[in-house]
Amino acid sequence: MGKFMQGYLDEQFMELEELQDDANPNFVEEVAASYFKDSARLINNIDQALRRGPLDFNRLDSYMHQFKGSSTSIGASKVKTECTMFREYCRAGNAEGCLRTFQELKKEHATLRKKLEHYFQVQASDQLCVINQLQNMC
Amino acid sequence: MAGEIPNLAESNLRALVVDDNLVNQMMHHKLLDRLGIQNDVVCNGQEAVDVHCSGRNYDLILMDMEMPIMNGIQATKRLREMGIESKIAGVTTRAEEEERKEFMEAGLNDFQEKPLTISKLVSILHNLDFCDQT
Repeated sequence: MGKFMQGYLDEQFMELEELQDDANPNFVEEVAASYFKDSARLINNIDQALRRGPLDFNRLDSYMHQFKGSSTSIGASKVKTECTMFREYCRAGNAEGCLRTFQELKKEHATLRKKLEHYFQVQASDQLCVINQLQNMC
Repeated sequence: MAGEIPNLAESNLRALVVDDNLVNQMMHHKLLDRLGIQNDVVCNGQEAVDVHCSGRNYDLILMDMEMPIMNGIQATKRLREMGIESKIAGVTTRAEEEERKEFMEAGLNDFQEKPLTISKLVSILHNLDFCDQT
């Protein structure tokens, strides 16, 4: 996975990579796409819920449970950490903590997205190099 | 990943993934595929019940706990009330002792904490006597 992704993705991401095969050569990228589609929806829901007062901490916790679940499954360790903190603030009824953590979560999420986009671009480019090399050998 | 991954294609096992999260659905489906286990995917406990009412049956059900409409505890109880004897493994991120106990008592045969991996799935299959320990 390399130093580029270290800290952002944990060993669960490597489990995803292990599942990629000839039958599903783009499996990891497809899972990542689903994750970002789903998490964008959740971020939007949480954003809206945080704008309403008083805060419904149960609803917020429920959204964040889903977010944490997806993030755990893809190996998004930094995002997962922020989700955990957010949920702790929900349980404590700490609105300011929720708002602050949510801003951090969005930053980590955006950074992860950029890094994964770059990662998949590099993968595609590497594969193209291999194909070109093989063609040159024929 | 240590150890060999068993291929259970010849066993003709059928599994049902019950999870409302799309990422988990994709992962669990692929994990089962990798082990040679045909599988269907549904989004909540109610769909799991409905699919059994339609006449389908499964050797193994991977049941998430927290789902909308009907959660994993309710679905497991309902399936057992219907006389469904499939092996049901609870798979959830909620692993506090009380919640785990409640889920097991609903009628599970096994339990694994998410995220599910090949090793954890093989462990489930071994615990439920679907394969020998590798």
